[in-house]
Amino acid sequence: MSDILVVDRLTVELPPGSDRRYAVEDVSFSVAPGEIVCVVGESGSGKSVSSFTVMGLLPREVKPVAGSIRLEGEDLMNASEKRYRELRGSRMAMIFQEPMTALNPVKTIGDQIEEVLKVHTQMSQAERRARVMETIGQVNLPDPDQIVRAYPHQLSGGQRQRAMIAGALALDPALLIADEPTTALDVTTQAQILQLIAELRARRGTGVLFITHDFGVVAEIAHRVVVMQKGKVVEQGLADDVLNRPQHPYTQMLIGAVPSLTPADRKPLDGAPVVLHTKNLRKVYSSGGLFQKKRVVEAVKDVSIDIRRGETVGIVGESGSGKSTVARCVARLIDPTAGEVAIDGGDYAKLPERALRDHRKRMQIVFQDPYRSLNPRRTVAQSMIEAPVNFGMSQAEAMSRAGDLLDLVHLPRQSLDRFPHQFSGGQRQRICIARALMPQPEVLIADEAVSALDVSVQAQVLKLFDEIREKFSLALLFITHDLRVAAQICDRIVVMQKGAVVEQGPTKDVFAAPKHPYTQALFAAAPGKQIGNRI
Amino acid sequence: MSDRAYTQTFSALAKLRIPAAAKEPAIVIPAVILGILALIAILAPWLGTIDPALLDPTQRNKLPGFVGQITLADGAKAPFTFHMGTDNLGRDIYSRVVYGARISLVIGAMVAIVATALGLAIGMVAGYVRWSDGLIMRFMDGLMAIPPILLAIALVSLSRAGLTAVIVAIAIPEIPRVVRLVRSIVLSIREEPYVEAAVTAGTPTPVLLFRHVLPNCIAPLIVQATFVAASAILVESILSFLGVGIPPEVPSWGNIMSAGRQYFRIFPHNMLYPGVCIAVTVLCVNVLGDALRDRLDPKLRKRV
Repeated sequence: MSDILVVDRLTVELPPGSDRRYAVEDVSFSVAPGEIVCVVGESGSGKSVSSFTVMGLLPREVKPVAGSIRLEGEDLMNASEKRYRELRGSRMAMIFQEPMTALNPVKTIGDQIEEVLKVHTQMSQAERRARVMETIGQVNLPDPDQIVRAYPHQLSGGQRQRAMIAGALALDPALLIADEPTTALDVTTQAQILQLIAELRARRGTGVLFITHDFGVVAEIAHRVVVMQKGKVVEQGLADDVLNRPQHPYTQMLIGAVPSLTPADRKPLDGAPVVLHTKNLRKVYSSGGLFQKKRVVEAVKDVSIDIRRGETVGIVGESGSGKSTVARCVARLIDPTAGEVAIDGGDYAKLPERALRDHRKRMQIVFQDPYRSLNPRRTVAQSMIEAPVNFGMSQAEAMSRAGDLLDLVHLPRQSLDRFPHQFSGGQRQRICIARALMPQPEVLIADEAVSALDVSVQAQVLKLFDEIREKFSLALLFITHDLRVAAQICDRIVVMQKGAVVEQGPTKDVFAAPKHPYTQALFAAAPGKQIGNRI
Repeated sequence: MSDRAYTQTFSALAKLRIPAAAKEPAIVIPAVILGILALIAILAPWLGTIDPALLDPTQRNKLPGFVGQITLADGAKAPFTFHMGTDNLGRDIYSRVVYGARISLVIGAMVAIVATALGLAIGMVAGYVRWSDGLIMRFMDGLMAIPPILLAIALVSLSRAGLTAVIVAIAIPEIPRVVRLVRSIVLSIREEPYVEAAVTAGTPTPVLLFRHVLPNCIAPLIVQATFVAASAILVESILSFLGVGIPPEVPSWGNIMSAGRQYFRIFPHNMLYPGVCIAVTVLCVNVLGDALRDRLDPKLRKRV
C-alpha cells in the first residue's frame, strides 16, 4: 500500500533575527497506513514545526520554502487555505499536549465533536448524534451519555485527551498527528492513552505521526523512528534498529542519557545521623467562607520521613499526590497544619516567620521551572548573594563564594555579571543549584528540578545533584514524578498517593518488589522498560 | 540599597527604549502636544496675557478679535486685542484659558501621582499580606460603589475649596482602581518561583516587595497613571462646571465653561475655547496611555 504522508526535503524558514535560519531543513519522512512514526528530538529540534507544517498551522512569519508534502498523493505545499480547511478534520487530524487548552471551555464535549461533523459532512442531526456517541464509545470513555453533556473542566486530564482523540477520529482521517499527547498526563493515564492510540490505529488503519521527546514512549509504540536535531533528521529507521543499534552519535547520546529503570548502585550510609525529620506532617486546605459551603481538602496526611546526612530520599507520585506540598511544607513556603518538621531536632513546623529566619538557611530549594526561578531583572551575582547577605555575610565574601560555587557547577565565573536570559535552561538550573548552596544548607529540596529539562541536560544536572550531595554531605529531598530519575538518584524512595505515603523503603527493594498495589500499578505503567542506561 | 539596584527597579522605564519610541507617531504626537501645553502653562505671563481675574464691566461679552482697552497696574490705559473675546464680567477669555492650563495640567499630574503612589502602597500590602487582603479590598469595593463625582463633591465640601482639596477629592475615588491593578499583579508575581526563592533566602518582606515585586508593577502603573490623569482633568472640569471645585475667581477650564454656560446660545466662544482645550488634552493623554500600554505590554497588544 502506498504511504499516507510523504514529506520530501522539506525546508521551513524562520523570520529574520531568529537564532537559526531554518526551523527544519531538508527533512524527509513518510507514514504508511496503520503505521506509527515517532519524531523524537529535544526542544528546538524542529519536531513540532514539521507537524504544524503538515497541518498548515504555521504562524504567518514562518514559511516552508522548499520540498514537498503529499497527503494521500495530494500536494499540500500549494494547497489553498480553503482546501486545507477541508482536509483538516476529514483526512488529517491533530491532538495536542494540553487537552484543557485545546478544547473550548464553554462548549460541551458532544457539541465540539459534533462540530467537526457539521463542518465536513451533510449528515442529519440524528446521524451526527449517533456518530458522536459511537466515537466516544470507541475511545473507551465511560458513560457516553454523560460525557457528551459534560464541559471540559468536568473531565480528568486523561478523559479530556480521550475526548480530543474522539473528535480527531470522528471522520476517520487517514493521518493522525499527535503532538506530545501524553506529556501533561500522569504515567498511569499515559499508558492508557498510548494503548488507545495503538488500538485505534490497528482497528482503523490510521497512520500516526507521533511527536515526543520521551524515548520510553517511543519504545512503547513506535514502528519507525525519526530522530531530529536542530532542524535536521539525523537518523531514521525501524524502532528496533534505532533504539537498540543507534548509528548517529546524537541518537546514541540521547538514548544513552535516558536513565534506566533499574536502580543504580548506591554507597551504603550506615550510621549517618538523621538530619531532616518530619513526623505526622499534615496539610489541610479549606476554601469557602461566609457565603459558601466550606470545603476541606487534605493535601498531605500524616507523612513521616527521615533523611540522613548524605542521603537522597525521593518522593514519587502522580499529580495531586501531595508530593510537592510536602516539599513546600519542609521549605516552609506554606505552613503545615499539624505535625513536626525538624532539622537536627529543631522543630520549625509552627515557628512564626521572624523566628523561622535562622532556620531558613539550613534548608534550600531548587524549583522545577528554570526560566521562572531567577528574577529576570537581577544579575546572577545579585540573585546568588541575596541569601548569604541576608544571613549576615559581607558582600565581598559572598561574591567570592558565589564565584567558587559557579566553578563547582561548571559555569564560568564571568557568569556573575550576566542576566538569566543569557543562559539556557540547563545552565539556569545550575545557577539555581549554586544559589541554593550559597547559605551552606544542610537540607536541599529539589522539587521536580530536572523535569523541565531535555534528557541530555537532565542527565548532567542529575549528576551534579549527586556530586554536591556527596561533597557537602547534604540531605537531599528529591521530588519527582519520573521513576527513571528516582531509580538513578535516590537511596530511598517514598511513594505517595492522594496525600498519604503508601510505601517507602530502599530504592532497590521497592523497585524489585513493590508491595502496595498503587506502586505496582505505577511501575507497570512506566513506558519502554527495556530502554535506558545507568548514569 | 545600591545605585545599581535602584536603576534596576526602574528598568521598566528602560523598556520604553526612548529612541525607538521616538519613531512611533502614537507616542510622539500626543507627547509633543502635551509638551506644548505644559510650556504654555509655565510661560503664561509672557504670552501676551493680562491678569485673568481683571474685571471690566464696560467690555462685557465681546466677540473674539475685539479691540478694546485695558487699565494697566499704574492706572494708564492701553489698547488690547481680545483674541478670544471676553466673558460676562469683561474678563479676557484668552488669558483665562492660558492660565487655566496650569490648573488642569497640575491637577492631572498631581492626581495621577497621588493616586498611583497610594494605590501602589495599599495594593502591595493587600496582595502580599494575606490577612489584610479581605479587609482592604472590601473597603475599596465600598469606595468604588460611591459615584466618583458625588464622592469628590462630598470631600471638597468637607474642607475649604482650593487646589489641594480638589486634588485630594479627585484622587481618592481613583485609588481603588489602582489598588485592584497592583493587587492582581502582586498576586501573580508572589507565586513566581523567584519570589519563593527569595523567601527561602530569608529576605525580609519589605525588601522582598521592593526588590522582586515592585519592578513588575512599574510598567502597568505608568499606563494606569495616564488614564487617571485624563480622568482627573475631566472630573476637575465637571466639579468646576458644577461650581464645587476650584473657586470661581481662579481660572480653570471648567470654571470658564461654567461662567459661559448661561450665554452659550449668544456667545458660544465662552465655552468653545476651554472645551476644545479639555478635549485635546484628554485625547492626547489617552492616546499616549494606549500607545505606552502597547509598548510596555506586548502581550496585550497581540491580544487586541
